[in-house]
Amino acid sequence: MAFITGFGKYLPERIVTNKELAHRLSCEAAWIERMSGIQERRYAADGETVCEMAARAAVDCIERSAVDRAQIGLVIVATSTAECRFPGPGAAIVERLGLGATPAIDLCVASAGSLFSLVLADSCAATFGTVLVIAAEKMSSVVAANTDKKTAFPFGDGAGACIVTRNTAALRMIGSRLYSNGRLATDLCLQHDNTLQMNGPSVIAQAARKVPKVITEVLEQHSYGTGDVAAVVVHQANLNLIVRIADALQLPRQRLFSNIARYGNTSSASMLIAAAEWFECASKSPAPIVVFAAFGAGFYWGAVLARFV
Amino acid sequence: MSNPEADLMRRERIMQIIQKVAGRDISPRPDESLFKSGLVDSFALLDMLALLDSEMGVQTPDDDINPNTFDSGALIKAFLDRTAP
Repeated sequence: MAFITGFGKYLPERIVTNKELAHRLSCEAAWIERMSGIQERRYAADGETVCEMAARAAVDCIERSAVDRAQIGLVIVATSTAECRFPGPGAAIVERLGLGATPAIDLCVASAGSLFSLVLADSCAATFGTVLVIAAEKMSSVVAANTDKKTAFPFGDGAGACIVTRNTAALRMIGSRLYSNGRLATDLCLQHDNTLQMNGPSVIAQAARKVPKVITEVLEQHSYGTGDVAAVVVHQANLNLIVRIADALQLPRQRLFSNIARYGNTSSASMLIAAAEWFECASKSPAPIVVFAAFGAGFYWGAVLARFV
Repeated sequence: MSNPEADLMRRERIMQIIQKVAGRDISPRPDESLFKSGLVDSFALLDMLALLDSEMGVQTPDDDINPNTFDSGALIKAFLDRTAP
């Protein structure tokens, strides 16, 4: 199994408050916060692209991790809101980062994109050495003109990144479980015309059941219990959902890292943005395990266990 | 369920569960939409499934969770009559 050297992030400057959205969506700002725990989110500037945000998060990650760019053998990019249907933004990000002809893989796995990319990087590190994982979303391009209050308010823009390597580093990935199930694919989907379909009760019920289940499963598979868990870094979909996951796992709520109040739901980018902020203030804990987990449209879901080195 | 008394009791239990998950004293008509209308929030389905399990012993596998199946008192009763006659 590979190691995680470090994380990085980029959030656009423009802050969009609940108050600003409430006016457009004909609802109350307090309702938005009550329903989701979100107080504000970021929107990219006009013309600011997924590629630009991804590159900024990557640079932040490379600098924080003190990795030599020449060592990067593969770039994996998760996004569902890139400007073109093809090509994906991977090659353009490689170009922008000055990584020559380094291969890139584009993944379109919506909110589980960070997690699936991390697991793919774990496998690829043996072949490619150092893998740069990036997840970036410009959800405002989908929801900025949307007046449906249930689908428009949660989303924001941003990018997260991490470095996965076969060389010993801060966190060692020790196990993972991934799943997909297409039976309810239409319960959360983004059409080509930018129509966002979301069956909230279905998504919440599935996520609230499946995420604790897969975390428990991967912990047990590696002979760990929740008492061994220092932190859980999950996709930031909804604070109320994160609380339900903590309760289902019988973990103290503060052990589930959350920054959703400031950034909203940035889809695939959220887990790596959260990981970057968690990692910045993470201290070595008597509990040796950190869990990364995500659930998203598809449905795709899973969990990764990592251990402090 | 052909026993009228048991039938009535089941309707009353369902109404109690709807009120619990709504967190307030509502009395929707049997055919009134719960989720689509926004009468209860997105987390209510999760709570409803938990109460159907703990109070009525009805377990719903993940693959059978569909808000349309539980979107009114009448639909919940039809589901229970099918799965726990």
